[in-house]
Amino acid sequence: MILNQFLFLAAILFCIGVYGVLARRNAVMVLMSIELILNAVNINLVAFGAFQDTVAGQVFALFVIAIAAAEVGVGLAIVLLIYRNKTNIDLDQVDLMKG
Amino acid sequence: MLAQNIFFGLIAVTMVLAALKVVTTRNVVHAALFLVVVLAGVAGQFILLAAEFTAATQVLVYIGAVIILFLFGLMLTQAQIGSPSSLDNDRRSLAGGTAVILFALLGYVLWDGFGDTELELTRVQRTAEVSDSIFSTYIVAFEAVSVLLLAALIGAIVVARRE
Repeated sequence: MILNQFLFLAAILFCIGVYGVLARRNAVMVLMSIELILNAVNINLVAFGAFQDTVAGQVFALFVIAIAAAEVGVGLAIVLLIYRNKTNIDLDQVDLMKG
Repeated sequence: MLAQNIFFGLIAVTMVLAALKVVTTRNVVHAALFLVVVLAGVAGQFILLAAEFTAATQVLVYIGAVIILFLFGLMLTQAQIGSPSSLDNDRRSLAGGTAVILFALLGYVLWDGFGDTELELTRVQRTAEVSDSIFSTYIVAFEAVSVLLLAALIGAIVVARRE
């Protein structure tokens, strides 16, 4: 195995996630795309940890997983609140603070 | 080494196809289920990288908890299941261009930086080492994450609670 095969896989996943964040209109779908991005980063962290033969990569990936779980919880709560106030979760219509 | 490469290829192709479906499918529940495939693939890659504990955590936290949260979010917001084209905005080509350019840039940098550097997996990074590391070197960060999780928990309840 070469290091770059994992890094390229992560890069592909990251770019797909970026596309999802930019192109999706449904707020829950945007959160899912963010999960794709975070997982791409985790692959990179673990791959570099294995490359350097240190557990630091795994530890950082575990922290990212914990933060991602917290992020999804708060994010979905906010989405729920938006849905309750506007009866849909279309991000293009959430422009209350637009100047 | 050959078997590992074969399985890497199989899992990677599955992951990329499923990830593409996540961002293109018009059914929100299907997107969540394709996300399960991607997350399971990531766990498989962790196994290939000999990171057993992270792989187990990936399955427990992501497939076990995060996906359930997503499905609850979809259910509670009654997102129109199977509604055509309303999931995407009209900037799809712009978003696609951005993603392709970003990948070209990342790919060039990665190949320039690492080329075909061999990844020598000399040993399995055992769970005991990971826990020793978390509870000694990274203990402050670990405690900070604990407090953050508690804060996120309370925050989510406060935000989503009905008055």
